[in-house]
Amino acid sequence: MARYLFHRLWQSALTLVLASIIVFIGVRALPGDPALAMAGEEADPATVAAVRAELGLDESIVVQYLKFMGNAVVGDFGKSIRTGTPVSEMLGATLPVTIQLAIYAMLIALLLGLATGVVAAVFRGRWPEWTANGFSLFALSVPTFWLGILAVLYLSVQLGWFPASGYVSPFEHPLRGVYYLTLPALILGLTHAAVVQRQTRSSMVETLTADFVRTARAKGLGRAAVIFRIGLRNSLIVVTTIVGLQLGGLIAGAVVTERIFSLPGIGKLTLDSVFTRDYPVIQAVVLVITAAYIVINLLVDFLYTVIDPRMRVSGRTS
Amino acid sequence: MTEPLLEVTDLQVSFGDVPAVRGAGLRLMPGERVAVVGASGSGKSTTAHAVMGLLPGAGRVTGGRISFRGEDITHAGEKRLCALRGRQIGLVPQDPMSNLNPVARIGRQVAETLVAHGLASRREAKDRAVEILAEAGLPDPGRRARQYPHEFSGGMRQRVLIAIGLACRPDLLIADEPTSALDVTVQRQILDHLEKLTQDLGTALLLVTHDLGLAADRADHVVVMSEGKVVEAGPARQILTAPDHDYTKRLVAAAPSLTTTPPRDRRTAEPVLEVVGVSKEYRIRGGGGALRAADDVSFTVQRGQTTAIVGESGSGKTTTAHMVLGLVTPTAGTIRLNGTDGTRRGRRRAMQAVFQDPYGSLDPMFTVERLITEPLRIFGIGDRASRRARVSQLLDQVGLSPAMAQRYPNELSGGQRQRVAIARALAPEPRLVVCDEAVSALDVLVQDQILRLLENLQRELGLSYLFISHDLAVVRSIAHDVVVMRGGRVVEQGPVGQVLDSPADPYTRQLLDAIPGATVFS
Repeated sequence: MARYLFHRLWQSALTLVLASIIVFIGVRALPGDPALAMAGEEADPATVAAVRAELGLDESIVVQYLKFMGNAVVGDFGKSIRTGTPVSEMLGATLPVTIQLAIYAMLIALLLGLATGVVAAVFRGRWPEWTANGFSLFALSVPTFWLGILAVLYLSVQLGWFPASGYVSPFEHPLRGVYYLTLPALILGLTHAAVVQRQTRSSMVETLTADFVRTARAKGLGRAAVIFRIGLRNSLIVVTTIVGLQLGGLIAGAVVTERIFSLPGIGKLTLDSVFTRDYPVIQAVVLVITAAYIVINLLVDFLYTVIDPRMRVSGRTS
Repeated sequence: MTEPLLEVTDLQVSFGDVPAVRGAGLRLMPGERVAVVGASGSGKSTTAHAVMGLLPGAGRVTGGRISFRGEDITHAGEKRLCALRGRQIGLVPQDPMSNLNPVARIGRQVAETLVAHGLASRREAKDRAVEILAEAGLPDPGRRARQYPHEFSGGMRQRVLIAIGLACRPDLLIADEPTSALDVTVQRQILDHLEKLTQDLGTALLLVTHDLGLAADRADHVVVMSEGKVVEAGPARQILTAPDHDYTKRLVAAAPSLTTTPPRDRRTAEPVLEVVGVSKEYRIRGGGGALRAADDVSFTVQRGQTTAIVGESGSGKTTTAHMVLGLVTPTAGTIRLNGTDGTRRGRRRAMQAVFQDPYGSLDPMFTVERLITEPLRIFGIGDRASRRARVSQLLDQVGLSPAMAQRYPNELSGGQRQRVAIARALAPEPRLVVCDEAVSALDVLVQDQILRLLENLQRELGLSYLFISHDLAVVRSIAHDVVVMRGGRVVEQGPVGQVLDSPADPYTRQLLDAIPGATVFS
């Protein structure tokens, strides 16, 4: 097990290094000169050269990369071209918002998706399944931005149930914080709930017809025990894969949701810095998102070993 | 007179509009052992599941009556059935590989049923489960109870399933083909143990099986089912030795384990295939070391004759067959196929295979014609018209109507599919046909038909077979020479009559003794 763990960690580190190279080169391949952008279109060549030297852009790309990575390892991503604030500070302010939103949205997606998925599988061919399938079809086909705008219009502006925008840190005001995040998380989680629902349904339908489920019933186990302890438990193996893949997508989805609800998260930061060509920020944000993907994947892989004993790699075999 | 434990009268079960059971009846007294025998689709398993209220999907009881200890449970509610299942009626299901929950520890799967019936608290159930597993013959039960199903062999899993079935001391145990997926020697151990347990506990046994010999060995009473109906019932010995109904007669005649070896003439002595000192080693991942899947295997196949390789799982028989076919490269030794140009392509053409699973070995997207002509197209034999004519000829040879050429595999029965597989193997006119468990997945009557077909084709076309099987009884009825393998090595080989009638090796003896029904006629 320890060997496997070490192997996976090593692999992840390697992936992260490769990703950072791609990001670094990718950002530099963008058209336009950051030094020129920073110094202004009207600046004379000497000023531009000075700015370039200050940004370290006059050195070879290899040296630039090594410097960037050397600093990044200790959490220094340079300074924003736009505001002059250290990028790490900007990330520190926005990242927690996005993480909260993503986790909250995922919880909603899991709750909604698993519940409707189980209902659809258990009541196959009857109205609860049609309702659950109708829900997932709706949630999958309606674009998030449109649903978000509608939700703000009706649920916030007209009915006043939820705040239309804004963010309160749940660490300072737990209840208010959660309340402010609820509508964005719901909107963001809905599509993912639909995917979880479909996956849970098909996986449950398959599991419930498995031989070991019949054996469990033959033991005299009640309906609930068969559905949840045996059926759902086995279906989770497939659902976990999907949830892992989706968590990555959730961060991308957060960009749109944060925009609609004016949340000061990493999505908003990305948009703002892309519009202003704030290269150090874009670079850092992409790198952080990549790292998040890798960490989530790693977590999912370890989660497998918890959920499915067959995945436990060990020397102990019969 | 005591009340019967289980009485099924004129049971009718349908799946949607399709009737599966059309008038099944049987009666089981306390402590009695009754076997229900029939081919697949005869409704024997459906009857057993109906008793427990475990019909799958759209299955419904549409008529008749099931009574357990005088109580009508034909349409009992789920709550009543939950109380009966496991507690009063236990089940040992068919396939040990798929019947245990893969994500729960073995001990818990046994304990579950005790807790569900209120026979033990969660904590007590844990210890009780270990005792029950020990009783079922599981070695080192304390440690094993903490393991998961994938850490168990098939035989050990079946012991666990027996433990679960008997955990609550039910009055009736339904065993649905409890050992069909196991090797004969393991099968024997498990059945012996099951017999002892049910006897000690006074449990009545309803044994569902396709194997007449097994039924005769293990039951007092035999009920023969065909096409959803009971065709004959009576004391086991009587059914086997003096069957009354026509279907039973055919079944008894076809059962390979119940017939004696017909003498085989051996005229030619011209080897087609010579395997000399062949070995295959696999490196074991992670742990180092090597696994010898086949170890210094030598044998020959004579022209127009059949050599059978027989052994249990892990004996190396399939590895050997794959090496002969060129699908696996041997680590050492030589394989000579006489009369070919020695190229790989030439060898492939001269050697064709028929595999075990007729459902898995035919591409479901191909028509029968396309399936059969595929090897012809690959080897560039004939043109379109001649290939079409060849398909008709081949279908005729394997006893299928030429009209079947345009059908798809899913429109054929298991036996028909295996005939198509044979036709495909014969298409490029091979010298050697390798049959890898080619009749193992088939019902007794169909199996017998396919064996006779293979025999006739051999006589007509002078074919040579390398016949891989785990079933000594089948081997006895088709082979001229037999090679007995165990753990990758050949333990004994020679003419069938000699090896099977006076085996020199104790392992061969053991295999022969394990054939169910062997004792009925002796």
